[in-house]
Amino acid sequence: MAWRLRVNPITCTGHGLCAELLPEAIGLDEWGYPILGPVPDRLLPLARRAVVDCPTLALKLERDGKS
Amino acid sequence: MTASATTASTIRLLAGYHALGRAAGLSDHLTQYGPPPLPGTTTRSHAGQRLIQVVEEAGLTGRGGGAFPTARKMRSVAASRRRAVVVVNAAEGEPASGKDRLLLTVAPHLVLDGAALAAHAVGAREIVVCVHAGGRLAADTERAVAEREQARLTAVPIRVCGVPGRYVASEETALVSWINGGEAKPAFTPPRPYERGVDGRPTLVSNAETYAHIALIARYGPEWFRSCGSPDAPGTALFTVTGAVAAPGVIEAPLGTSVADLLRMAGGPSEQLQAVLAGGYGGTWLPLPLVHTPTTPAAFAATGAALGPGIIVALPTRACGVAESAWVLAWLASETAGQCGPCVFGLPAIAADFAAIANCQADASVYRRLQQRLSVIAGRGACRHPDGAVRFAASALQVFGSHLSFHERAGRCLAARRPGLLPIPGRG
Ligand SMILES: Cc1cc2nc3c(=O)[nH]c(=O)nc-3n(C[C@H](O)[C@H](O)[C@H](O)COP(=O)(O)O)c2cc1C
Ligand code: SF4
Ligand code: SF4
Repeated sequence: MAWRLRVNPITCTGHGLCAELLPEAIGLDEWGYPILGPVPDRLLPLARRAVVDCPTLALKLERDGKS
Repeated sequence: MTASATTASTIRLLAGYHALGRAAGLSDHLTQYGPPPLPGTTTRSHAGQRLIQVVEEAGLTGRGGGAFPTARKMRSVAASRRRAVVVVNAAEGEPASGKDRLLLTVAPHLVLDGAALAAHAVGAREIVVCVHAGGRLAADTERAVAEREQARLTAVPIRVCGVPGRYVASEETALVSWINGGEAKPAFTPPRPYERGVDGRPTLVSNAETYAHIALIARYGPEWFRSCGSPDAPGTALFTVTGAVAAPGVIEAPLGTSVADLLRMAGGPSEQLQAVLAGGYGGTWLPLPLVHTPTTPAAFAATGAALGPGIIVALPTRACGVAESAWVLAWLASETAGQCGPCVFGLPAIAADFAAIANCQADASVYRRLQQRLSVIAGRGACRHPDGAVRFAASALQVFGSHLSFHERAGRCLAARRPGLLPIPGRG
């Protein structure tokens, strides 16, 4: 089953760190807030790292298909 | 039982009001409907399950805008074995809506019966009725609750909670936060209120009108409920029809009634129309060729529109739809809860683009930037406020397309300088 990233937009402060770590799956909008794309399996380790490194712990990695 | 119970009348929630010509007190209500058909005990019982079943068979969907199946939500709350809480959302935040206020004013006991029945069905020991703080509706609702207490009709205690009159304060997680003593701001989900809501308890949040339908379904049954409306959207709904119509106001009509028929029921257009706003400020503009769309969620979705909570505003040709939309977007931008980047920065940016367009100061680059912005904002807030604003803005671009090119070519639009027709709270 695929994984997907989710961000808590209330705690996210738009550091943009996650997009630096995982540009393949995370883009930034013009205000610096993340736009999340699909996470292919081969990027899972980097995605986990982005989750752990987010300064506000706003990112989550979830199984696709549940909210 | 009165005649309205047996005939397939299309006036149900407002039948008492139409007959009496005034708000129904408790004795009026009991004369017309009798006491709510509650079994003797407040423990979760077979009878409670039965009510959820009946609501499911009736096919009732929420009247707060999302059209979510009410029984499914009740079942989720009931599924937890813990004591639950029932919240009545009557903190109607849409500026062009007046249906919940009218309903709770003229038929408070229908709403409260529905809440009491739902409380029994989901195993709740508390009912919280949310209305805007400090107004006449709050006082009237307090009085209705007191009347029930005196008549010993409150098996489950009812409390009235005054909510700030902000747009997003009526979103369900914001209500829960406010009731819990926090700020009236939406929360990140999950947990949704049905999992963890008031006092951490499973909480059923439904619209005031939804509860009133439950009160009637419990009395007259699912077949009766389905005897009007359309098979995929049964029953009646309250519509607030305003703008350029001869007799603006709240109208009860079967779901599936076309927008054109709703305009007719509101006295018909009072002048030449150019478009109709459906679903409120998180809704969509309908071009005139689409006014024959039936008011069901499916029919609206098929045209790319959103039905929302029964709001219809008729826009006359003399108004500038672009400027009207720009003012609404500026207001929506000012109503964010200030929590989520894409909403806090995105909505003002969209509103500024629209203002530039309305003022005939936008070139092609502004349109490109706006389209780009509209494509990235939806779905990225904690609540659906930005999604509504984006939907509204996108539909304005579509429906007022030819007038937009006029704004692009001409140096000014005189209609854009007239006072706005769509209501904006706080505007003088
Ligand atoms: C920005 C925003 C504003 C809302 N305002 C209202 C409102 O004024 N009244 C209401 O009943 N629901 C409102 N809702 C929907 C509620 O969150 C909730 O879904 C609804 O009360 C559930 O009732 P229903 O299932 O009976 O429709 C709003 C939602 C959002 C995102
Ligand atoms: S690193 Fe965290 S706070 Fe920074 S943009 Fe990404 S999710 Fe937001
Ligand atoms: S999306 Fe906007 S309105 Fe909703 S919680 Fe976030 S900031 Fe507040």
